[in-house]
Amino acid sequence: MQHTNQDSHHQEHAHHEPGFWAKYIFSTDHKVIGIQYAITSLIFLFIGFSLIMAMRWQLAYPGKPIPIIGGLLQQALGDAAAGGVMSPDLYNAFGAMHGTIMVFLGIVPLAFAAFGNFVVPLQIGAVDMAFPRINMASYQSFVVGGVIMMVSFFIPGGAAQAGWTSYSPLATIIPTQGQTFWIIGMVFLITSSLLGAVNFIVTIIQMRAPGMNWMRMPFFVWAQFVTAFLLLLAFPPLEAAALMQLMDKVADTSFFLPTGLVISGQVLPISGGGSPLLWQHLFWFLGHPEVYVLILPAMGIVCEVITNNSRKPIWGYKSLVYSSLAIGFLSFIVWAHHMYLTGMGTKISTFFQTTTMIISIPSVIILTCFFISLWGGSIRFNTPMLFCLAFLPMFGIGGLTGLPLGFNYSDIFLHDTYYVIAHFHYIVAPGTIFALFAGIYYWYPKATGRHMSEFWGKVHFWLSLLCMNLIFQPMFVQGMAGLNRRLYDGGATYAGSGEGIIGIPQFFIDLNKMISHAAWLLAIVQIPFIINFFWSIRNGRKVASDNPWDATTLEWQTPTPPPHGNFIEVPNVYRGPYEYSVPGHKADFTPQNEPEPGTHKTAKPSPK
Amino acid sequence: MEIPYTVKPRPDTGLYNAKLGIWLFLASEVMLFGALFSAYILLRVGAAEGTWPKGLLNVPLGTINTLVLITSSITVVMAWVSLKMNQFGKFRVYQAITLLCALGFLGIKSYEYKDKFTHYQIVKSDGTYVDGHMVEKTADHVILDGIEAKQLSEINSPEHGKHPEHKHITVPTSEIKKIGNYGPAHNTYMAIYFTLTGLHALHVIGGALVIAFLWGPGAKMWKTEPERFTNRIEVSGLFWHFVDLVWIFLFPVLYLL
Repeated sequence: MQHTNQDSHHQEHAHHEPGFWAKYIFSTDHKVIGIQYAITSLIFLFIGFSLIMAMRWQLAYPGKPIPIIGGLLQQALGDAAAGGVMSPDLYNAFGAMHGTIMVFLGIVPLAFAAFGNFVVPLQIGAVDMAFPRINMASYQSFVVGGVIMMVSFFIPGGAAQAGWTSYSPLATIIPTQGQTFWIIGMVFLITSSLLGAVNFIVTIIQMRAPGMNWMRMPFFVWAQFVTAFLLLLAFPPLEAAALMQLMDKVADTSFFLPTGLVISGQVLPISGGGSPLLWQHLFWFLGHPEVYVLILPAMGIVCEVITNNSRKPIWGYKSLVYSSLAIGFLSFIVWAHHMYLTGMGTKISTFFQTTTMIISIPSVIILTCFFISLWGGSIRFNTPMLFCLAFLPMFGIGGLTGLPLGFNYSDIFLHDTYYVIAHFHYIVAPGTIFALFAGIYYWYPKATGRHMSEFWGKVHFWLSLLCMNLIFQPMFVQGMAGLNRRLYDGGATYAGSGEGIIGIPQFFIDLNKMISHAAWLLAIVQIPFIINFFWSIRNGRKVASDNPWDATTLEWQTPTPPPHGNFIEVPNVYRGPYEYSVPGHKADFTPQNEPEPGTHKTAKPSPK
Repeated sequence: MEIPYTVKPRPDTGLYNAKLGIWLFLASEVMLFGALFSAYILLRVGAAEGTWPKGLLNVPLGTINTLVLITSSITVVMAWVSLKMNQFGKFRVYQAITLLCALGFLGIKSYEYKDKFTHYQIVKSDGTYVDGHMVEKTADHVILDGIEAKQLSEINSPEHGKHPEHKHITVPTSEIKKIGNYGPAHNTYMAIYFTLTGLHALHVIGGALVIAFLWGPGAKMWKTEPERFTNRIEVSGLFWHFVDLVWIFLFPVLYLL
């Protein structure tokens, strides 16, 4: 059995140990920064989830005081939660910040920055990222952006209220300064992602170990590579838009404010001449690639876990690579399918319908590759694998229900209903977040040297899967019944028989109660995960070897946890990333750095 | 632990890390300014007849600034070449000229900004306009040095230079419906003008600070790691070229078209 961990202690490493601050807070080590990102973004995910849990109370029981936290909200936020009841302004603020936090502070940092930082340099055999100090600056900028977003809840008037999309003129004319905080916070977050993206691309191009050519890179690295390009090129237009919105807000310009804009019966004293559509174009130019920023790293994780736990090479490696590149390119020319109802014209709509249908092809290829990879595998049903197996149908549901939204004629009916919410949450929640959970359970042993509890992992998985479907499946039904997604009272105002033009049958409104209870249950079933995550750092089952999952990729060929500088010696790469169950080889896995099958010491399977 | 290719290029890519990094950063910058230029196009196409000013900016000053920046682009390359030829003294001279050019550019730009902030437009109660530079403002009247016009298009027309002689026009406060300077809030043209040139000026300042650092305290590295220092000059130079290039687009778009 291999214990490179002990070997490394005997080696020189004469440099003295850095103190707590240098080691954990101002670290330039990619692994520490990855873990910093992971923990910070998990906290933000929890905060974002908490906001929606409070909103779900308002949707299920409109106008009633929120139990348990109602009093707290009133103390913290004052009149916005008078009597523990959520005011419309607070509902709007929570809604806007739920989206913002989940996307920009939760999932992207976790999927891209956390996993990418920790795993990518290890998988390509690099000592660190190409620019360690820029890496640290990226994390610090992220934290500053996050703090500004959090502070905005407590300023007079509260946080931004115009949705995570911040459509102007609405975002501009709300008289409070929440939107200004949102914009400034976003500038920091965009800076952070810019620094991260440059760093990732340079690292992947420049720092690959000898022999690690492009078609030997694990798919996870490819996914992060494409994601980095999306962040690099799609975020700046949002930054430009944010600058212009900031000008509208503080310098009284009219970039997004049309001539003759009337608010509460008064013509605004502005020059006018601006274009609300301009904001939407610039926002969705980021917004749609952002969707693939959310999903591509998740697909990367799923690929690693599935191939490892089905003990088979991934089916169609090159198809996966080219599909992800195609997605990366196409994601820049589909953005206006979010804007069919803006009246931008049928010709433009036609173009974007076409590209939207085309981009579904590479997504389907990727999913198909994963499904076929399972065929004939000897599958190990451990926790990461369960999450990935659930990812496949969940992402499938999310993706296929997106097709009706990609067509003009069906989108006219479904636009801005709960159907849309269900569609993209299926992609992001039981899709991406499940893949991220899989990644956490999968790489946890490498980061800490201990396993998370399998039993509680499975409890976490099965109950989360159940709750996710109880939450989002009914929303499809609500949406098709015409329930608008932005109603403060969950649609109670529009209750009716359903026979007239307006009027939603009570059944669809009552579904809100069921959904809300499922959401709160989902929160409860995350408790095993949270305890498992922290408890296992010191008390989890120790790993039996440096390669507890019998994996082939390079991150498992390091000491556990990997020391500063990662590898004891620079690895040489001799083969592709997924040589599992190769006929004639001694073990059912052949690591990438093994010159002759069966000669390397890690080829010895670890005891189960 | 040693990060590879910080100084020497990687054989198969032919690049050292920082050079690839700056190119990627510049790609991102292209998207940033590209979005603002797209905004410019959309706003201009959507502007109502006669509301988009033409010939408002001072073309000679813009031309001088263009030449200033092009000069600095040449000296920044010469500075890098001097280091390659091991002539540190020449590097200092060339880079000093670069910095002076940056200062000159910013000086001229500030003068143009000040000109716009003292340029006022008055909408009178009868719907006519008075447009010109502020001479005097008291509680009961405003004096502008400029022109009178019945319609906005007369002020914004390309024949602005052919208008009758500027003269002092006194407008009683009671006749003023609206008064405002040519700041960003004046119209969407001024808004995009200040946003684009302001963001560009920030880039000039940022680039000049880096060049100044490498000219002054940062130049110590020349004694210890000359090759790495030369790379730093190259990378900062690439950024400087980009800043110049943005201006090459800004000048015709804002001044000439």
